[in-house]
Amino acid sequence: MLVVFLFLAVLPARAQDRGDAIVSASIADARNLLPMLASDSASAEVSGMIFNGLVKYDKDLNLVGDLAETWEILDGGLIIVFHLRKNVLWQDGHLFTAHDVEFTYQKMIDPDVRTPYGGDFERVKSLEVIDDYTVKVTYKEPFAPGLASWGMSIIPKHLLEGRDLNTTDFSRKPVGTGPYALKNWKVQEKIELKANGSYFEHRPYIDRTVTRIIPDESTIFLELQTQGIDSAGLTPLQFSRQTDTAFFKKHFRKFRLPGFNYTYMGYNLSNPKFSDKRVRAALDLAVDKREIIDVVLLGFGVISTGPFVPQSWAYNRSVLPAAFDPQKARKLLAEAGWKDANSDGWLEKGGQAFEFTLVTNQGNEQRQKTAEIIQRRLRDIGIRVKIKVVEWSVFLSEYIDRKNFEAILLGWSVSREPDIYDIWYSAKTKQGEFNFIGYRNDEVDKLLIEGRRIFDQAERQKIYHKIHEIIHDDQPYMFLYTLESLSLLHNRFREVKPAPAGIGYNFIDWWVPKAEQKYRIMP
Amino acid sequence: MIKYILKRLLGMIPVLIGVTILSFAIINLAPGKFSTLDQAMNPKVSPEYQMRLTKAFNLDKPLPVRYLLWLKNSVSFDFGRSFIDNRRIADKIAERIPVTLGINILSLLFVFLVAIPVGIKAATQAGRAFDTVTTYFAFFLLAVPTFWLALLMMQFFCIQLGWLPISGIHSLDFEYFTPWHKIWDVSWHLILPVFVSSVGGLAVISRYMRSSILEALSQPYIYTARAKGLPYRKVVYKHALRNALLPIVTLVGLSIPGLLGGSVIFESIFALPGLGQLFFQAVMSRDIPLIMAEVVLGAVLTITGNLIADISYAYVDPRIRYK
Repeated sequence: MLVVFLFLAVLPARAQDRGDAIVSASIADARNLLPMLASDSASAEVSGMIFNGLVKYDKDLNLVGDLAETWEILDGGLIIVFHLRKNVLWQDGHLFTAHDVEFTYQKMIDPDVRTPYGGDFERVKSLEVIDDYTVKVTYKEPFAPGLASWGMSIIPKHLLEGRDLNTTDFSRKPVGTGPYALKNWKVQEKIELKANGSYFEHRPYIDRTVTRIIPDESTIFLELQTQGIDSAGLTPLQFSRQTDTAFFKKHFRKFRLPGFNYTYMGYNLSNPKFSDKRVRAALDLAVDKREIIDVVLLGFGVISTGPFVPQSWAYNRSVLPAAFDPQKARKLLAEAGWKDANSDGWLEKGGQAFEFTLVTNQGNEQRQKTAEIIQRRLRDIGIRVKIKVVEWSVFLSEYIDRKNFEAILLGWSVSREPDIYDIWYSAKTKQGEFNFIGYRNDEVDKLLIEGRRIFDQAERQKIYHKIHEIIHDDQPYMFLYTLESLSLLHNRFREVKPAPAGIGYNFIDWWVPKAEQKYRIMP
Repeated sequence: MIKYILKRLLGMIPVLIGVTILSFAIINLAPGKFSTLDQAMNPKVSPEYQMRLTKAFNLDKPLPVRYLLWLKNSVSFDFGRSFIDNRRIADKIAERIPVTLGINILSLLFVFLVAIPVGIKAATQAGRAFDTVTTYFAFFLLAVPTFWLALLMMQFFCIQLGWLPISGIHSLDFEYFTPWHKIWDVSWHLILPVFVSSVGGLAVISRYMRSSILEALSQPYIYTARAKGLPYRKVVYKHALRNALLPIVTLVGLSIPGLLGGSVIFESIFALPGLGQLFFQAVMSRDIPLIMAEVVLGAVLTITGNLIADISYAYVDPRIRYK
């Protein structure tokens, strides 16, 4: 009796059935499945299933081991020693070892390899292979974001040694260590992956993944209505109205998850109009962010208060958005010298009217509508805003690179690692760098450097909370909103559990009961 | 005649060089820079990387030098590699040709098979019910935006009736089908795209055909034919039609460059992996080698199309002789 009981206790509640496929849609085709060369999100999404890094983020956004089982941080952060998993196989049957890690590192810093992601690895002084399963990385100085940078996909030495990575056909026929292997890639049509039977965690239960390339969002939505695709991202309008039907309720599950992004209005701080902090604070008071979220995002967003997102440990909850208060805004502007002297309804200072051009990129309707609301709200306090919408490539080369703007409306994706040195450090203002608004605050500079040197999360948290507070107070951006991530998924998939990291983190555990399986061809 | 063709072919060379110089200058002088949309605003991407690419793609050299480099490689049909994914331009274009060419040929056939009989019937019944109805219909087809028509037809035929697939040219498990099933599958997927891409052509060619027949029917030789007692059908289909088809021959020649011209909107809506999307993306990301290859392709096709139209004109119309 006891034996039977024990036996039952170790069995999972129900065995997961294998089989079926998941079909999703992507608006763009992948470009390059060699991860270190891929700069587009479509490629990253696919290669993320084929390859592993040494570390990864778990469902609660903590760094955990992936190809590395454990790691040690020594000498106050100067040295990281990775202990690798044993018996991990490449998808062609070769054994994964520390030499693959060394090879990947060498390629990351090779000036002939056109990788955009070399920066973090140039801070490494040396990388030594201690034995087949131990790698010792020595940094020039302690570099906390370096740990997360080892999430970079490891590539196989035995297949790529001596090859020119820029032109190799490996980028179209990748071999990784990941849960899925490439099966079929039809350019601009579909990318099909099949489950890797020898995956080191366990074989994924879902046999195949198919990413169909459908550039038109209305077509994707029509495909959902015939259940031609199983998952898709949704716009706020689709999420709240168009999928609010019996059909969608019956076949799909909708997910509303916190987003890793924020949208802001950035000021050119070298422009005398915006160099006065009181003016920036006044503009912030005059724009009702709640209104923007309710109108443009139909409520699917939160007010942004700084360079982090609420689900991150770096986010400082004591920083609160300024309440919408046009009266106070007028007062602050008056203190700064902007008054309506000639009673024409517009503010002036020294005979100059307060007007500026807000530039944003074409193809993002949310930003354009947001710009219009800002224009309207600032008109109410006597500031004339002109809106200019330009094509992305022109926007970058003519406005951002040349710092030829008064104000811009843009957004940032927020990474899991809170280091924001590249965006806010005062010296990062050269052409092609990202402090294009010309922000400078000596204390923030100091904190940004400190935040990169300390590994202890509790200590780092204090630093980033302080940065959040100071940047919010300085208002170099008018922080507007964080858009939630809206999506739906066919409801035949089990074990889908939303977490701070989204839903994809445990994809290899998803499964479909035999009776509900839709695609039955075995790969 | 052969001498004439050779002369025309030689004449293509200066035209092509002129076209490429102009396009090369315009592309490079236009505002904007080479960028892959995603990497451009990624703080992890250093400015050194951009500089490395600039060097790798020769973008740091003066414009005339770059043009000559390009020209040197292009005369041996080497159009270089795409900035975006480093693949050979020739491969990238070749893999897109079957879809675009296939759909365009099918729709051209469909257009002529339907529009010519409709035009003839409308002309012979000018002013009567059939003519009026087809006239209204033709103007409707000309006026309707294709993307809108495509979406409406998808909604009706694919979702409400469930008869046709919405997008793509293959079913998901196409690789496992039998040969006959494959042909069936592709045809099934092509019905809507071919119809929608024919809409404009149907309207234009049927109107053309109608006026062309009407004009032919007013010629003196038609009176002669009628007067000598030939049946009306024979007059129309033998005497009038032959002359009325001459302008249509020109149209066929002029549609040759269009055979490899894909439409972005149309290909995006139906998720077809054609040339239109390829070139659109090339322009949006300033992928210069790909844009240049497209320019050359377009120019060559246009010039040959004109040549073919002229030659076939001489062939069908004995009054025309080239020297």
